[in-house]
Amino acid sequence: MNGAAVTVREVTKTYPDAGVLANDGIDLDVLTGEVFGLLGPNGAGKSTLVRQLVGLARPTSGRIDLLGHDIVARPAVAGHLVAYLGQDEPALLDLPVHAVVATTGRLRGQSRRAAAAQATDLVDELGLTAVADRPLARLTGGQLRHACVASALAARRPLLLLDEPTAGLDPVARREVWAAIARRRDAHGVTVVLVTHNVIEAEAVLDRVAILDRGRVIACDTPGRLKAALSDDVRLDLVWRLEPPYGDPTVAALAERAVVAGRRWTVRLPVEQARAALGRLTTGAAFASLDDFTLATPSLEDVYLALGGGDDDLERA
Amino acid sequence: MTDTSVRAPAVAAAVGGRTSWWATADAVYRLALARGRIARGPLLFVATLQSVGILVLLRGVVRHPDLATSAAVVAGGSVLVVAFVALNLLAQRFGAMRASRSLDYFAALPVPASAVVMGTAASYATFTVPGALVTAVTGAAMFGLPFGQLWLVVPAVVASGVALSGVGAALGLSLPRVELATVAGQLGMTAVLFLGLIPAGHLPLVARGLRQAVPSTYAVDVLAAGLRGSATPGGVLWRVAASLAYGAVTLAIATRAFRRAVAG
Repeated sequence: MNGAAVTVREVTKTYPDAGVLANDGIDLDVLTGEVFGLLGPNGAGKSTLVRQLVGLARPTSGRIDLLGHDIVARPAVAGHLVAYLGQDEPALLDLPVHAVVATTGRLRGQSRRAAAAQATDLVDELGLTAVADRPLARLTGGQLRHACVASALAARRPLLLLDEPTAGLDPVARREVWAAIARRRDAHGVTVVLVTHNVIEAEAVLDRVAILDRGRVIACDTPGRLKAALSDDVRLDLVWRLEPPYGDPTVAALAERAVVAGRRWTVRLPVEQARAALGRLTTGAAFASLDDFTLATPSLEDVYLALGGGDDDLERA
Repeated sequence: MTDTSVRAPAVAAAVGGRTSWWATADAVYRLALARGRIARGPLLFVATLQSVGILVLLRGVVRHPDLATSAAVVAGGSVLVVAFVALNLLAQRFGAMRASRSLDYFAALPVPASAVVMGTAASYATFTVPGALVTAVTGAAMFGLPFGQLWLVVPAVVASGVALSGVGAALGLSLPRVELATVAGQLGMTAVLFLGLIPAGHLPLVARGLRQAVPSTYAVDVLAAGLRGSATPGGVLWRVAASLAYGAVTLAIATRAFRRAVAG
């Protein structure tokens, strides 16, 4: 069993001026060498928690330890242990990608020569060579995020705190980032805390995940165990081309259990019932009204909703 | 909430050393300089044109100015270039960084806050050297002043740059909105304009007291003495020292404001 790289105990963060309780008694343990995720919709308190982990915000109450150091008492220590990627506007927008990565390495204590050499390697590793000499301000949104990830990885740190590192990235760039994170964990035992509201990302790269909702942790386990604990239900998604044919008995039965979003119905059913319902729909008259359908095993989004998650803005792409 | 019982590490991980003050200031200086090459060229041109324009205006208005008045006007105009950049633009820059929370980038690194403030301020001050030099040379030629001690523009720019950039940084980091930082920087520049350009002897008594409180006054006086051809080593040294002392205090205030801006 590994020791805890990050321990969070009863952390509460309130913003009295705005009347916001951003974190509400959060307890977490992140093990050394794991890729740990914070999953939740916008406004769940993920970024607030990460900013406290890196010492940029102070908890209203509670305790945070990083690799045995009390970060609430000594927030400046976090800068020595953590490579942080925030969501805010980069400070070095006018500099070219390579210079940004090298400057970050330099500011993390590397010599000028070592920082420049590592920047070249990182730019290459993350597939940014073509834009290495282009200022951040002249990159597309996805390229900018990609470059910021490269900057965060400059000069090795035992802890990586990445707040939505793949937001806005195309699928190829996203996989490059995931691979870079995995390499650091596998080769150097780096611990990674990754904020996401993307279900696919959570299921693809996380060893364990904490699901946050309205400032609280509503579940924390491996993605597989969380989904297995949900039940044997599967998810049937139906997209109607026209008005659903309510006269069809199968459609009428599904309508009673469906979560409706426009012309899309989502119905959670035991696997046998779902299979039978889909069989009847695709062979009967209702099929003419169907535009699309999918039958899927539960996702972390289903876990989130089953646990009472109140928002529905998790990404699925 | 967790499914895994864990133990904290028996021994806390070793913490690496903080990046040295000079390495941080050097890196921040270089990156701000690189940024400035792109963004500040046109602004510096405007700042220089503004100062030279004021000198042309005053030269046209005053037919036969005496030596002391001419030297004060040219010195004040040269230092005004520094005020425009180190006070006005720097207040805006730090105000914008605060508003966009891009200060977090530095705050999450193991670097001294004072080196970040100083490196940024120094790069802004560096950009003022050519503009101040152009203004001083143009002004000396227009007003028929001696060129012998014109090299004093360099210590005058350094001294006023340190003193004013501390004020500019503190304004940008302290005020809650970037618009307020812009207004405050502009007001500060106006104070430098009037209290720097108008010879001390022409000011009412109250304004003379205010003049001594403006951080750049000592640099203006160094350059004015040089333009009169009457600067002495002792006079230059104590005035530059006064400017640097002023700068040390304002940069300390700016560093404190940096920490508060991040924590807020």
